[in-house]
Amino acid sequence: MSLDAAMPRATAPAILPGSGGLRGALSDLFWRRPQLLLLLMLLPPVLWLGIVYIGSLFALLLQSFFSIDEFSGLINREFTLKTYGDLFQAANLDIILRTVTMAALVTLASAIIAFPIAYYAARYARGRWKALFYLGVMLPLWSSYLVKIYAWKLILAKEGILTWLLAKLHLLWLLDGWLSLPVVGGNSLSVSFTGTFIVFVYVWLPFMILPVQAALERVPGNLVEASSDLGASPGQTFRNVLFPLALPGIVAGSIFTFSLTLGDYIIPQIIGTSRLFIGQAVYSQQGTAGNIPLAAAFTVVPIVIMGFYLWGAKRMGAFDAL
Amino acid sequence: MTSAVSFQKVSRHFGSVRAVDAVDLDIVPGEFFAMLGPSGSGKTTCLRLIAGFEQPTAGSISIFGERAEGVPPYRRNVNTVFQDYALFPHLNVLDNVAYGLMVKGVGKPERQKAAEEALSLVRLPGYGARRPGQLSGGQRQRVALARALVNQPKVLLLDEPLGALDLKLRENMQEELKSLQKALGITFVFVTHDQGEALSMADRVAVFNDGRIMQIGTPEDIYQRPKTRFVADFVGSSNVLPPDFVQRYSGQQRWGSLRPESIRVGRGAKGDGVAARLVSTNYLGATTRLALDADGLRLHAIVPAGTAVPEEGEAVVLTFNREHLHLMDEPA
Repeated sequence: MSLDAAMPRATAPAILPGSGGLRGALSDLFWRRPQLLLLLMLLPPVLWLGIVYIGSLFALLLQSFFSIDEFSGLINREFTLKTYGDLFQAANLDIILRTVTMAALVTLASAIIAFPIAYYAARYARGRWKALFYLGVMLPLWSSYLVKIYAWKLILAKEGILTWLLAKLHLLWLLDGWLSLPVVGGNSLSVSFTGTFIVFVYVWLPFMILPVQAALERVPGNLVEASSDLGASPGQTFRNVLFPLALPGIVAGSIFTFSLTLGDYIIPQIIGTSRLFIGQAVYSQQGTAGNIPLAAAFTVVPIVIMGFYLWGAKRMGAFDAL
Repeated sequence: MTSAVSFQKVSRHFGSVRAVDAVDLDIVPGEFFAMLGPSGSGKTTCLRLIAGFEQPTAGSISIFGERAEGVPPYRRNVNTVFQDYALFPHLNVLDNVAYGLMVKGVGKPERQKAAEEALSLVRLPGYGARRPGQLSGGQRQRVALARALVNQPKVLLLDEPLGALDLKLRENMQEELKSLQKALGITFVFVTHDQGEALSMADRVAVFNDGRIMQIGTPEDIYQRPKTRFVADFVGSSNVLPPDFVQRYSGQQRWGSLRPESIRVGRGAKGDGVAARLVSTNYLGATTRLALDADGLRLHAIVPAGTAVPEEGEAVVLTFNREHLHLMDEPA
């Protein structure tokens, strides 16, 4: 009765008010058939991924089973494994090994450098410091990739700031000693594998820091306390609790650093020796050499390696904590 | 005899916040000691000081006679059952329980045997292969207990371990914890904000407020003879009586406390006793709780269920045995 007084019958909401026109009918339909809405939302990205992305990847895969006629330079559209056989020529195998080694080292170094930064950001940084962390990690990603690489070329050059700094610190002997080493050395850092490595690590580091930080963020602080309470030293806590729980993040990050290094052709072109990496091989085979099948076969290499990498990571239990 | 845990003027300040302020405390070996207080009263910080997660700003802490300041948690023979259990999600139950032995370098067969035994002790035998995520709240609680007990700690710290359990389970666990403590003879230090839990389980209770200990004593002491208004109010929601009121019955100008179950409620406006009006009744099952207004003074009485209760708004007369009126130390 008091309800009637407070809310006159005329304005009281009915149980079945009008549907509210076409928009109302549409939202009612989606409410009753949620799968319909899901289908509508998923259709465009699935088409894009299925046709444009996977489709072109499949076309690429198909190309790798063709071969090139060495006299005419024309593509022979007959199914063959000859092009894959070409990958195992000493020169090509060398390129693959060099690239995989570089990718592995870059990944390892990124993980080692990223972990403490990610740990600090996840466990200690709050408010303003956290914002500063994100800004610091993301800022390099906002500027052009090429500009950064050329900047590094100047930094690493013989007349560059790094040489100057080491000279001021009387540590030039260290640099000279390193550059005189075989394989990793060279005339200057900017024309050595060491330089390529440094720039790779610099450019891909954010892709390692962010997933590791996200993984560590999900580790409750009291697990670290519990481990310590049960008698584990900080080192043991790292090995037995933090590292296993951060591993999915490290693997996620390493997928980026590893595959991006495997495929990149610009960094080794600008900074490093004249020896090729897979990306450069693909670039030159499909361009100047016009050997599309071999370029395609080279492209399949990183895909296969990543497949094995993920399989191995899963077997090692990297995704158990997910 | 040396105390299991001894605090001498221990303070822990966070900036300007005095979480723990000059606390003196002695916990007897083998006793079940409860730290009771509202949230933010410093009880959990005290527990963390014993565990080693916090270091005192001032004062000294010793555990079985050994000075504990500056000793990291992993070098203390003290284990904690965490409020939300803190089980390692990537390890199965057996590895969780065996963790403490594993980091101490005990061999695999030996530590797994000990872990199995600890699981039997908490009545979870055969659960070793499961993941913590597959267990119910009560089971996780038991695993956390087994994980601490397997290390045979000198002192077991329990941080509101029953807080997340439902009522029935909580009552069962209270009994189990109590009997486990008796059987093992380990010193238990138990933090809770639930006064019923503290009174029913502990040998002695320390009541915390604002970073200080208000009173330490047996549950009966704390319940029957609270020293301050805070303790009287917090433990068992006693009626706190102002000095003027107390003067009339005891002749002393001091704060008093009167248990709600000590008040008898009679019908009628006249008679020997305190005239009051019944404001509301709350049916609690075994008892009924009455809210009363005695000339502006709000009082509560608890009467057994089945007693004839006056109507709300009716005038009543309150009587009580003067011996039940407890005079508090707190000055008027």
